[in-house]
Amino acid sequence: MLSKGLKRKREEEEEEEKESLAVDAWWLDPGHPAVTQASPAVTSSSLFDLSVLKLHHSLRQSEPDLRHLVLVVNTLRRIQASMAPTAALPPVSNPPAAPSMADNLLASSDAALSASMASLLEDLSHIEGLSQAPQPLADEGPPGRTVGGTPPGLGALDLLGPATGCLLDDGLEGLFEDIDTSMYDSELWAPTSEGLKPSPEEEPGKEEAPELDEAELDYLMDVLVGTQALERPPGPGR
Amino acid sequence: MGLLFLSKHLPVKESQPGVPKTPADIISTVEFNHTGELLATGDKGGRVVIFQREPESKNAPHSQGEYDVYSTFQSHEPEFDYLKSLEIEEKINKIKWLPQQNAAHSLLSTNDKTIKLWKITERDKRPEGYNLKDEEGKLKDLSTVTSLQVPVLKPMDLMVEVSPRRIFANGHTYHINSISVNSDCETYMSADDLRINLWHLAITDRSFNIVDIKPANMEDLTEVITASEFHPHHCNLFVYSSSKGSLRLCDMRAAALCDKHSKLFEEPEDPSNRSFFSEIISSVSDVKFSHSGRYMLTRDYLTVKVWDLNMEARPIETYQVHDYLRSKLCSLYENDCIFDKFECAWNGSDSVIMTGAYNNFFRMFDRNTKRDVTLEASRESSKPRAVLKPRRVCVGGKRRRDDISVDSLDFTKKILHTAWHPAENIIAIAATNNLYIFQDKVNSDMH
Repeated sequence: MLSKGLKRKREEEEEEEKESLAVDAWWLDPGHPAVTQASPAVTSSSLFDLSVLKLHHSLRQSEPDLRHLVLVVNTLRRIQASMAPTAALPPVSNPPAAPSMADNLLASSDAALSASMASLLEDLSHIEGLSQAPQPLADEGPPGRTVGGTPPGLGALDLLGPATGCLLDDGLEGLFEDIDTSMYDSELWAPTSEGLKPSPEEEPGKEEAPELDEAELDYLMDVLVGTQALERPPGPGR
Repeated sequence: MGLLFLSKHLPVKESQPGVPKTPADIISTVEFNHTGELLATGDKGGRVVIFQREPESKNAPHSQGEYDVYSTFQSHEPEFDYLKSLEIEEKINKIKWLPQQNAAHSLLSTNDKTIKLWKITERDKRPEGYNLKDEEGKLKDLSTVTSLQVPVLKPMDLMVEVSPRRIFANGHTYHINSISVNSDCETYMSADDLRINLWHLAITDRSFNIVDIKPANMEDLTEVITASEFHPHHCNLFVYSSSKGSLRLCDMRAAALCDKHSKLFEEPEDPSNRSFFSEIISSVSDVKFSHSGRYMLTRDYLTVKVWDLNMEARPIETYQVHDYLRSKLCSLYENDCIFDKFECAWNGSDSVIMTGAYNNFFRMFDRNTKRDVTLEASRESSKPRAVLKPRRVCVGGKRRRDDISVDSLDFTKKILHTAWHPAENIIAIAATNNLYIFQDKVNSDMH
């Protein structure tokens, strides 16, 4: 079974890059004030957002530049380390101050999964007969904030067959931890508690999985396997 | 400083004003051979162009030692990895010449995945007077052949023939960033982001892995290999640099797998210059041994550093390439310029070092006099036999007439690839899709 999403032809990818560059090329304009200034007002949080954006953009490549990826991830970690201890963040910025959220992000960072993907790709390249590679599910950005440029391709819920058992080791709940729910209406999947901002990127898997009933599990499995087109899911719980 | 330059503008492919540059023409590597007679360039389209220095003739003293096109060939083609559904770029990442051992020249060229050994031969004679064939190669009517003759070699127009002799494929999972020929002239190494392999030049179906920094769990990946080179004299020693700014000198006699370095060269972070971008700007983009073998030259985003092999704690010299960018790191991070990989070069006597910068500027540092100069590779400043004028970037404050302000720098014009003739003061500068060759005026005056 071929997976959808991440395998894209190079010209498509270049087209998309061009698109995003056309939109975002303001920094190349030497007259733009942001470029000429020494950016004194740049806050950690905007750097954080920028880094996450870069991470996503890097991961969109069919074969990410490892050096670029590693440097961006390390920079992201630095920024996060500097943000975590500060209790008072400006209200406009996204509030991932809680160390647990930072841990979540680090633990399930895109880079780690992408790197895992790279590793699995490599390992699988030695296995004959396999025509596809596993596509680890990506956590789409920090909680509480919709990140622009979230690639629908990455969010596609591709699941491989039983070729490697590692993804299934955590049991069924583990599968749903990394689901990108940005496609779903946030109201339907709003987490029940904990004072967290209701957001599409929250990990409903952890909270929701015990509440999902069999019909919904079947539906999700069908979506994952690709036999069912993605449509408005049934309401959570009842 | 004594380095005034005559310019010789030699576009690999003439770029017309107003016509958008073909990405395939962007030069991606430049390399002189061991005598400096030949200069090879590789480009994004997988092509290699070799230039040859014309012998200086007494008849035309002014055309001393110009470089003209010697041969052009397609080294790599785009490939498709069907298993991973990934396209493999044909861009030539590196070219390295083999030391010449007979009449033919050989070089290694590599893209992201495959290294090829090319043999370049000349043919300037042609046999004539065959007994069985006529001048056009058609078989003669045997009844007309009444006597035998010995075919004679007659001169013909020089023909340069290039043929692929070896293809070293499937050795790398990640992208190859460096190749380096060993001083033993039998082996060479190739390095990708996580591994370094040792090959024998005559054997293509296997290679030895000598460095592997891939973590067991890819989630723990924090560092990649950025460049690698063999020591010029000691065939057992090589160095590799990392994205964290460290250099590791390895001895192949110590173990089959050189994961454990013999020496680790690392400069402690300067606390006064610490920022979120400290690691990115410390990432080493190029490392080159000096011709003497005693020193190493490294390039990171803002500086070039000279290291003594006998001292691991810090470099012995640090030169600021464009320190005025230090306050702009955020913007440069935003537009990804901070990830640009600049190369560096030694001159033949290891007394001057050179590296590229933005706005088609390149910089030279004289290690003895501690003087430095900024020069520009551009059509305007390189009319034939024009002397290059030193440039200056002003950072506010007093501004002289021809100064460029930091904010006017063109960050799309980057000089990433430069090369210095092994013996003479001749340099090759790649500016996007143009190749500039500059020669020391002092040299040329002596002839």
